[in-house]
Amino acid sequence: MIGTDRPAAVALRGAAAELGGRTIWSHGSFEVPTGGMVCVIGPNGSGKTTLLRMLLGMVPPSSGEVDVLGAPARQGNPRIGYVPQRFGDTVGSAITGRDLVRLGHTGTRWGLGRSVDDESRVDAALDAVAGSEFAAQRLSTLSGGQQQRIAIAQALVGDPELLLLDEPLANLDLRNQREIVDLLAELRVTRGVTVVVVVHDLNPFLPHLSGVVYLLDGHPHYGPIGEVVDEELLTHLYGTQVRVVRTAQGDLFTGSG
Amino acid sequence: MLGATPLLADVGYQSNWVSILGEPFMRNAFIGGVLVALAGGLIGYFVVIREGEFAAHALGHIGFPGATGAVLLGLSPTLGLAVFCIGGALVIGALGQRAREQAVATGTILAFATGLGVLFASLASRSTSTLTNVLFGNLLAISAGQIAVFAGVTVLIAAVLAVVARPLTLASVNPEVAAAKGLPVRALSICFLVLMALATTMAVQVVGTLLLFALLVTPPATALRLTARPARVCGLATAIGLVSVVAGLVISVMFNLPPSFFIVSIATLIWAITTAVTR
Repeated sequence: MIGTDRPAAVALRGAAAELGGRTIWSHGSFEVPTGGMVCVIGPNGSGKTTLLRMLLGMVPPSSGEVDVLGAPARQGNPRIGYVPQRFGDTVGSAITGRDLVRLGHTGTRWGLGRSVDDESRVDAALDAVAGSEFAAQRLSTLSGGQQQRIAIAQALVGDPELLLLDEPLANLDLRNQREIVDLLAELRVTRGVTVVVVVHDLNPFLPHLSGVVYLLDGHPHYGPIGEVVDEELLTHLYGTQVRVVRTAQGDLFTGSG
Repeated sequence: MLGATPLLADVGYQSNWVSILGEPFMRNAFIGGVLVALAGGLIGYFVVIREGEFAAHALGHIGFPGATGAVLLGLSPTLGLAVFCIGGALVIGALGQRAREQAVATGTILAFATGLGVLFASLASRSTSTLTNVLFGNLLAISAGQIAVFAGVTVLIAAVLAVVARPLTLASVNPEVAAAKGLPVRALSICFLVLMALATTMAVQVVGTLLLFALLVTPPATALRLTARPARVCGLATAIGLVSVVAGLVISVMFNLPPSFFIVSIATLIWAITTAVTR
């Protein structure tokens, strides 16, 4: 639901991003309404991941303001669930999917204390991603799609209102790409969570998309779907000819050439 | 050839081994060995999930000039060992958070430290036994004072791990997520390295710089082949360390050979069998 009574999921006011003294992008002023599924697109090096890290409070804006769910972006915001790029790379074979999901909830807890709802939260998160069956296995033995489901469950276990994902479809085959996109679309409805995804290919998300944040010419913009998926814009964005096709089902597809 | 001195020392079954086991120095050896196995089992899971094996190996070598240098200055080798290991841990921690970032710098420091250790050892002409003890360990020479230090250090490692266990696990397996959640990822990394330096300081005195891998890395790596549950890995790694130390000590007394050899051999045997079976 996109309600005007709720603060925007993401709001930038004159925000700029700097890394090592170099301006990555600037003049970011837009609002992403809550409840949608939004992709962040832009050419390589345009600062998509930097924008995500800014929403997470890991990179402060060099100027301007960044609000997330009505409050300034900050590290350790429990209302955000985060799925980093290449989630499985650093994990190795030493931990099970279930233990990883639990860490999404207990990982910030010092000491050995447990609370009674730890396991039921893990169960609920695993159910939400259809991951209960394989969660007892080590992450390294799971397929790419299964690993991504565990990563999403880990982000969900704290009941976030905003889910941020960085290239969640990287290294997945087409069937798994579609399954992860469908899962995210389902979570948006069943959990009422706003989904913001950094992608390099918009296509798999088009059927479910409510809007796009696009990094163009050094500035981030937001456009609701319909306005943004426009041949001229996408062509400009990627620097290569992009075609928009409307199918009988009303789906939009973009393709090269 | 007639009159040639046999090269092989007098090796054989010691019929009085049971009575030797009752000696006070044996009691110290058992207690010291058990404490090291405990400390190694506790920290071992984190050594393996953080891919800190090479750092563990390097810390032992970095401690080497600490021990030989301390002897040169007339100080306690344990103290020198601890100072150099902890100093080394802080340097490695400052170099980077992930094992791969640290590898070249760690290896270079390792080589330099070993060279320094050789220099110090040669300057202190009368301390060849210290040199051998640091390189290969001497569990049978553990004193009551060292036992007290071991006990304190083991309790300290257990207490700190009890506090940081979950944040350290998350920071180890998902550093990006941990940072986003506001965990002090870098401080946790340094905390872990200092705990590992303390465990290394103990393990060097038992099995020596060159063999400590067998007590700090081999048991948890073996346990990880059997289970991926953190608590079980710690328990199993501790058990493997205990069996290696206790059985190694008993056999070494039976045949009057250095315990380090048997401790490392048993740990290696358990690892080899586990690896073969779980392949």
